[in-house]
Amino acid sequence: MIDVRGVTKRFKDNVAVDDLHFEVPTGVVTGFLGPNGSGKSTTMRIIMGLDHADQGEAVINGTPYRKLAQPLREVGALLEAKAIHPGRTAFNHLWFLAQTNGIPRRRVHDVIELVGLDQVANRRVGKFSLGMGQRLGIAAALLGDPGTLLFDEPINGLDPEGILWVRNLLKGLASEGRTVFVSSHLMSEMALTADHLVVIGRGRLISTGSVGEFIATNAGQYVRVRTPRPDELEGLLEAQGAQIRREGDGSLSVSNLSAEQIGITSGNAGISLYELSPQSASLEDAFMEMTRDSVEYHGQRLDGATATTIGK
Amino acid sequence: MRAEWTKMRTVRSTVWTLLAMAVITLGIAALATSTIASRWNTFSPLRRLTFDPTSMSLRGLLFSQLIIGVLGVLVMSAEYGTGTIRATLAAEPRRARVLIAKSAVFFVLAAVVGEVLAFGGFAIGQSLLTSPVPHATLSQPGVLRAVMGGGLVIAVLGLFALGLATIIRHSAGAITAYVGVLLVVPIILQTLPSSFSEPILKFMPFTISNAMTSVASQGSTAFSPWVGFSILVGYAIVSLAIGGWLLAKRDA
Repeated sequence: MIDVRGVTKRFKDNVAVDDLHFEVPTGVVTGFLGPNGSGKSTTMRIIMGLDHADQGEAVINGTPYRKLAQPLREVGALLEAKAIHPGRTAFNHLWFLAQTNGIPRRRVHDVIELVGLDQVANRRVGKFSLGMGQRLGIAAALLGDPGTLLFDEPINGLDPEGILWVRNLLKGLASEGRTVFVSSHLMSEMALTADHLVVIGRGRLISTGSVGEFIATNAGQYVRVRTPRPDELEGLLEAQGAQIRREGDGSLSVSNLSAEQIGITSGNAGISLYELSPQSASLEDAFMEMTRDSVEYHGQRLDGATATTIGK
Repeated sequence: MRAEWTKMRTVRSTVWTLLAMAVITLGIAALATSTIASRWNTFSPLRRLTFDPTSMSLRGLLFSQLIIGVLGVLVMSAEYGTGTIRATLAAEPRRARVLIAKSAVFFVLAAVVGEVLAFGGFAIGQSLLTSPVPHATLSQPGVLRAVMGGGLVIAVLGLFALGLATIIRHSAGAITAYVGVLLVVPIILQTLPSSFSEPILKFMPFTISNAMTSVASQGSTAFSPWVGFSILVGYAIVSLAIGGWLLAKRDA
């Protein structure tokens, strides 16, 4: 279990992590979500004892990382995939790490095989692709067979097969009773992999809980309705307790009422319908909605003046 | 400790740098002494009288000092440059231990290489200084100290460079600082009036190492060999202490 207690980290006048509190439970995959620049990596580095927190502390099974005598045997981490000397071979990189924590040479061979790098173990890391670098980083994390694992954006640079492999690996590790903490800026990926979520934006905690809860609270079901007489229908549905939002294209988004009930109501009133389709808001939408105010860098929308200029 | 050795051993540049260092140092020993041997007849009596065969055969060590400094810097700064430092510190969060292990391993490596080159250079040099040119033997007073000391200076300067790299964390910056202290500052000082420059020059590694590798006394322009050497050790300790303090304090 990882316990982050009131961690704050400032870089000059910029607050990267702001009084962050959360727990990462054992035995499940916990997704750590946030837009780019929201403080995910900084938080992970503080957990790993690489950065100093200005306030608060992060402990792993009750102990700060820096107090662990053989940390690789308790915590494994993939923080930056290619943070490896390019002139050293994959095997030698893992071997020197193993030596610091008294891990036998046999285990180095084992993790290399586990991540599928046995063909290239004696090649210099500088020649590795991003995906191979990620696999090597994962091998390093698994080296000490630790009970707690941290992965910072592990699927970056992986092909679909690699993504599937990582997903299954993470789930497998959690099912063995380990604590697995995975950061990502992709909600869709976390929806498939994680059981538990910690969502942050601009260094602050936005939400924490199980993925199920997150979906229930944030990704509501609604029915999309198009009709030539929206005002009348709106009044009738609201009388039955529906919540209605008018969309830009004139359609109605109706929640709190099933499609059947809407169909019966409109049929009884003789209002014809062009469309009656149940929808579910995607987790991605919910995540965007939730973190919109805390996104540090917005892309400019390509419309209006720009679009007409291109048109000419 | 073993891990630090693995790290140094498994990067190509370590091997190549040490090889280059050996070739250059021994080459210069051979070149300098054979030049002397062939020109001996043209030398003035005074020059013949003050000729120090030991010092001449150790001339190449200056280049060893340069190269060991570069290597000392790279051993540390390459970890920052490539990001390996984070893997290292994740594996061993007690940062002082990382620096101590690295320094110890590098010191032994540099001392072994330094001594091999000092004795090697001496042997090659003396064998080329054929009669009538005088040559030195290890049993003569001060000769063993000069040769052994030459190797030790290499090791200590290597540590000094490692300390600088821990403070500066960038290869180019740390190498510049090292070369600046080793060569550039003494050159600048020599252009200034000697009444001003001499007291400072005494403290420069260049002067200290010259005194160490010479059998003859350097008079008042330099500290005696071992006093100078302890000043050099002081530089290395100070640079490593500041580096260690910053390493513990800073974010990796």
